[in-house]
Amino acid sequence: MTAVYITLAILTMALVTYIPRVLPLVAVRRKIKSPFVNSFLYYMPYAVLAGMTFPAILYSTSSTLSAALALLAALLLSYFGRGLVSVALAAVVVAFIAERVI
Amino acid sequence: MRQQFQNGLRAGMPIALGYFPVSIGFGMLAQGGGLSILQAVLISMTNLTSAGQVAGTKLMISCAPLVEIAAATFIINIRYMLMSLALSQKVDPSMTLAQRLICGFGITDEIYAIASMQQGTLTFAFMMGLIVGPFCGWAAGTWVGAAASALLPASVKSAFGVSLYAMFIAIVVPSAKKSKGILCTSLLAAGISCALYYLPGLCKISAGWSVIITAVLASAAAAWLMPLRTGGETEENES
Repeated sequence: MTAVYITLAILTMALVTYIPRVLPLVAVRRKIKSPFVNSFLYYMPYAVLAGMTFPAILYSTSSTLSAALALLAALLLSYFGRGLVSVALAAVVVAFIAERVI
Repeated sequence: MRQQFQNGLRAGMPIALGYFPVSIGFGMLAQGGGLSILQAVLISMTNLTSAGQVAGTKLMISCAPLVEIAAATFIINIRYMLMSLALSQKVDPSMTLAQRLICGFGITDEIYAIASMQQGTLTFAFMMGLIVGPFCGWAAGTWVGAAASALLPASVKSAFGVSLYAMFIAIVVPSAKKSKGILCTSLLAAGISCALYYLPGLCKISAGWSVIITAVLASAAAAWLMPLRTGGETEENES
């Protein structure tokens, strides 16, 4: 990883993140009519997040067991309506305690 | 106008507080992968997004080609087009081009969600107030995570590794509870992603393309099998 590569990579990421955010706000004034495209765009974020989480979450801590327990805690707490902060912090605490106990 | 800014600031505070611990996790990830503190904070300040910059940074750490980084980051951020489109119907029509270019930068899942819940039109001053808190929280958390990474014991760092994924779960689960389509999409995507990771032959596919393949296959299947009724589920996105 050279400094030039890192700088170019950061600029690339910044650009392809900025374009989809700003393009419709500036250019598009009418609504998309295609039901397929609308549905596709509607489902996309959930597919991305679920795909990024599984199976990667199982390898995000130093043991699969502690990660699995943190995953269980996150699923349960978010199912019962806890917010982003409490779910994230609770998962960290569960993983930390699990690694101490194991 | 000052009142509008303050209203936005107040509305953005929970997001700013929420971003702080999550971006600590990102700062640690970037630092652990060999990036400097400055580079980590620069990524957070120029990208201001969780999933996209995590995927991009991981690819960067594995020295992936720029085109792969661009494609993976773009596909993850395509969702912002829908949010930007939805907000374009709600912002003050007199907002200038320059103001739109600045506002667009601050559209994240959470900022979009808060903005779309406001009554009436969104002024430029309100949007600036709404964006500035989360922006600072995200950058400051990244700095703390990257700077503290070297000082913290391995057990704490290891435990923080799960925080971003836990936040992703906290975004998906409440929506999946309400919509069968979202539940099926999420389960399908998790299944495809696991198949790409575990199946022999397929596991050579890099992490970036795996996200792209998973997202396109799962959302296309869901859009084909469970299309939204017009004016049905889309309402919550466009209201």
